[in-house]
Amino acid sequence: MTTLANILAEHYFFAADRPAIYLQVAGQPDRCITYSDLVCGAAGFARLLEQWGIRAGEVVVIILHHGEPLIYAFWGAILHGAVPAILPPLTEKLLPARYRADLAALIRITRPQAIVTYPQFAGEVAYAVRVAAAPTTAIIELAEPLRAAPDFTALGGLRRQDSDLVLLQHSSGSTGLQKGVALSHRAVLNQLNAYAPAIALAEDDVIVSWLPLYHDMGLIASFVMPVVRRVPLVLMSPFDWVRAPARLMQAISRYRGTLTWLPNFAYNFCATRVRAREMEGVDLSSLRAVINCSEPIYHSSHQRFCQRFQPYGLRPEALATCYAMAENTFAVTQSEIGKPISRNEGGGIGHSGQVSSGRPLSNVCIRILSDDRRDLAEGEIGEIALRSNCMLSEYYHRPDATAQAFFEGFYLTGDLGYMRGGELYVTGRKKDLIIVGGKNIYPQDLEALASEVDGVHPGRVAAFGVFSEEAGTEEVVIVAEAESEEPAERERIAEAVRAYVTQNSEVAVRRVVMVDRHWLIKTSSGKVARSANKAKYLSEFLDQP
Amino acid sequence: MSDDIIRPLADYIANEILKNPKRAIRPDEKLISSGLIDSFHLVDLGLFVEQRFGVRLDDGELNADTFDTLEQLAALISARKR
Repeated sequence: MTTLANILAEHYFFAADRPAIYLQVAGQPDRCITYSDLVCGAAGFARLLEQWGIRAGEVVVIILHHGEPLIYAFWGAILHGAVPAILPPLTEKLLPARYRADLAALIRITRPQAIVTYPQFAGEVAYAVRVAAAPTTAIIELAEPLRAAPDFTALGGLRRQDSDLVLLQHSSGSTGLQKGVALSHRAVLNQLNAYAPAIALAEDDVIVSWLPLYHDMGLIASFVMPVVRRVPLVLMSPFDWVRAPARLMQAISRYRGTLTWLPNFAYNFCATRVRAREMEGVDLSSLRAVINCSEPIYHSSHQRFCQRFQPYGLRPEALATCYAMAENTFAVTQSEIGKPISRNEGGGIGHSGQVSSGRPLSNVCIRILSDDRRDLAEGEIGEIALRSNCMLSEYYHRPDATAQAFFEGFYLTGDLGYMRGGELYVTGRKKDLIIVGGKNIYPQDLEALASEVDGVHPGRVAAFGVFSEEAGTEEVVIVAEAESEEPAERERIAEAVRAYVTQNSEVAVRRVVMVDRHWLIKTSSGKVARSANKAKYLSEFLDQP
Repeated sequence: MSDDIIRPLADYIANEILKNPKRAIRPDEKLISSGLIDSFHLVDLGLFVEQRFGVRLDDGELNADTFDTLEQLAALISARKR
């Protein structure tokens, strides 16, 4: 088997002038990056890594916003033979101190040889490197794209084996950042070889994406796959999209986009936040698949999306679903493109039934396991476990976490679901994880933060997600035991918790409920039982404003 | 700064974004950098401002670079109304 670096070299020789990426940045004209541009930009960055003494196999963390330097840094690291890991830059709401602490936690475990960032941000990174006591981590400042003619005889990436690591993927928060999903060239290419036929991907497709590259759906489906498969990609910034979601529709119309991937909340968001005047002249009839992936899928979200965009040419049969995770590189299942999505009318929330995530990819074997790890029959709900030839090599530098994640060679997803008619239905999660707008949030991170606020009984906090029909995603609720019984004081503490957790995590917390001492249910081992407390919260507080 | 701009904005944010009608928002309270309003709600706020005050905003015009407090937002709106 080949490697991603070899494929990039082939593109340079055989597809040099073909458009690889149409890069969109608000307020600027679109920039067409050909394969020649892409490889020269990547080669320029690879040379920079060479000058810094970075060697093949070493990890390079990339902290850059959407733009050419990010694109070239990722592919340049691969051409050099290094292992890129893209992380999000600091956002306006997150406190710099928290960002540094989380980054330091990642550095301590991953031990990257280099961190690439903007000159303005280098100070933050340097601070995190000091906190992590990682003097061997170089900080490389990158302001502008660098270009160089590629010398394929010298580039280290072309001498890598397919079993070598090609990239790391992380999820957010202090828990997620300490588990880097390490993937080999072989895993990524096996994923593409199985996924491309499942969506009938062809060179005349056009993929349109606003997704961030530090997440598997953005990185694999909407960045690596199109570049490897020579499918043109229209790439916009997640920040531009969230400010003006109509940009996605406008880009699809302009470039005759055929494929796009969205997390469930984005269906609701687009349906309600796109202005009529922004849709003038927009034609969505080129879309052959809009694929719902990366958080629980709701039929009501699809209905809203269809109602809103059918008048602009969206075909209802273009709606599709997928179940994916970074640990399997990306997709595990995919619904059949161009066919109505199966639903189990008897299952799920409300009256709309449970939505199918489709059939396992040709290279994936799924088992549904009981709590005592017996195989369950069709229709029975259990933990989803999977085996494939595109799984993670390991959690990077985490043999403990890697060992725990597998059972008889099967990766334990922590998600719950069942098989029906050969299709997978995902029903919930065994692990405590909140998914907000496609982002994985670990409740223990939020609980630890809330415990740091004055007036909260430390450790007497439960954080969980509650699905919002309106938003199409989960909303975070924090229930905390208060030291005061005085209502005004409780109001103050609740506000302090909301502000503190919001500024120190990836989520905006909407609801903080202060309760009496001993309200929270604990397990026999003394831990706060999240699901029991969620049920108690729903029965006691749900109808209150 | 004009109260007939700030008041409806404060009510909208408390009721529709924070879902807490009791929450009073001070005119100089930081809204975006404090995380009170996140990027998703900025789009909603933009739609509300257009509808309520009859002004037109450009794509993504409301963001952390253009305002952070009710006072600043009200100034932006009244400048646009003229």
